[in-house]
Amino acid sequence: MIHLAQIYRADWGRLLAALIRALGDFDVAEEALQEAFAAAVESWKTDPPDNGQGWLYATARHKALDKLRQRSLHAQKMAEYAVETSASGSALGVVDDAEENAVVPEERLRLIFTCCHPALGLEAQVALTLRTLGGLTTEEIARAFLLPTTTMAQRLVRAKAKIREAAVPYAVPTAADLPDRLHGVLSVLYLVFNEGYVASAGESLLRQGLCDEAIRLARVLLPLFTEPSADLEALLALMLLVDARREARVDRDGNIVLLPDQDRSRWDGERIREGLSLLGRALRRGAAGSFAIEASIAAVHAEATSAEQTDWLQIVGLYDRLLALHPSPVVAINRAVAVAMAAGPEAGLVLVEEAAADLADYQPWHATRADLLRRLGRNAEAAESYRHALRLKQNGIERRFLEGRLQALAEESLIRG
Amino acid sequence: MKYLLLIYENEKRYEKGYDPMEMAEYQQLGKDFASKILGGHALKPTKTATTVRVRDGKRLTTDGPFGETKEQLGGFYLIDAADLDEAITMAGKIPAARFGSIEVRPIMTFS
Repeated sequence: MIHLAQIYRADWGRLLAALIRALGDFDVAEEALQEAFAAAVESWKTDPPDNGQGWLYATARHKALDKLRQRSLHAQKMAEYAVETSASGSALGVVDDAEENAVVPEERLRLIFTCCHPALGLEAQVALTLRTLGGLTTEEIARAFLLPTTTMAQRLVRAKAKIREAAVPYAVPTAADLPDRLHGVLSVLYLVFNEGYVASAGESLLRQGLCDEAIRLARVLLPLFTEPSADLEALLALMLLVDARREARVDRDGNIVLLPDQDRSRWDGERIREGLSLLGRALRRGAAGSFAIEASIAAVHAEATSAEQTDWLQIVGLYDRLLALHPSPVVAINRAVAVAMAAGPEAGLVLVEEAAADLADYQPWHATRADLLRRLGRNAEAAESYRHALRLKQNGIERRFLEGRLQALAEESLIRG
Repeated sequence: MKYLLLIYENEKRYEKGYDPMEMAEYQQLGKDFASKILGGHALKPTKTATTVRVRDGKRLTTDGPFGETKEQLGGFYLIDAADLDEAITMAGKIPAARFGSIEVRPIMTFS
């Protein structure tokens, strides 16, 4: 028995890409592939095929052509078109492994550029990428983004309608557009990763599925470019280096553990090695964008045996570069934290205070300020900052962490008092 | 697929006529995309516009364009492009894209 679930995870995007190419219709291809998988559950029990992927492709294509035939006269023309192009459809060669490998990667590359087309809203790009290339169900995506399934379903329907109605192309962009468009794709992947890494609400700090998915998609994309993309390598390195800390970020009771306090023996050495090697390659190829800089920061952490042993000055320097490239109050805060580590909390606090104006409602600003005040022994002000941070949007684990710090301050003042 | 490229920009900019350099750009654009452009026009300013709506069977005619914004519909191209990317490429080459914005709308087809 072929493991259907495994094929679903590994090959959904590839099969869908091939079907969309052959049929020219996103919706029909998706629906038909879904049905083919459903049919396989029963059919394979008694009659397992030698080539599961080939069976699924052929079955889905058959179902899709049926659907197209059942539609209006206009749609029937499309079916005829699909039959005419079935030669190229079979040339996609899901049945023939050698041909498949030669042709299909290109299909997936086309598909991700369609999913991440700037004519679609960013949220729609993310959802569509996870649905079509990641093979996540609408329910799973909705759950990951803490939205009702109906909302997510609507978002996907609207995105697919726009693709169809406005003829969003199913193609790798021209050389002139490629850098910009690739950046769009990478931004979507990083957004998926971050959403998984720091869940914006809810009880679980890590919605690990999203991190894994972003990493998996980046790995799928990497070999698809004839010219290796240094930015993609840098992004994958960044995600691996950050994700390597996964196990150490939360303690046994599910409480948050900050970077300086993490047990580094629990960091994933395999991911770190892979991340460092990818980053090295990307830098040698001249990667100098924000992904490369952020990955370099993560690499400095990964190479240090403790917070004290960390080269904080180098990290400050990297944040300087990041700030020059993309001035943002959020980067300014991260830089301030690094300065506090390199030169003491006083110096960090000055920088945090400077960034104040833009960040009145930004939870990490208050949390960072509170922590620096605490380290300076200015407990009353620290407590006030913690309380302010607690009033802003955050997930349950972050909340518990801040409450814990506030509690500790209160106990300390009791002992002193 | 056919697209309408709607050119929105602050009409005050060309109140006293277009800058000759920019006119030359439009002429060049017309040549570069001659095979794609099905039609197009510049429009007289919005003060010449009349908006018509019918509500409950009664026709209401009001002075001025639909919606008051900082940018006004100043002209359009009707083009035939392979796909949205090609339409966006051309939209990006319209001089007004630098000062205002171009809305790209696919043309509805009825079978």
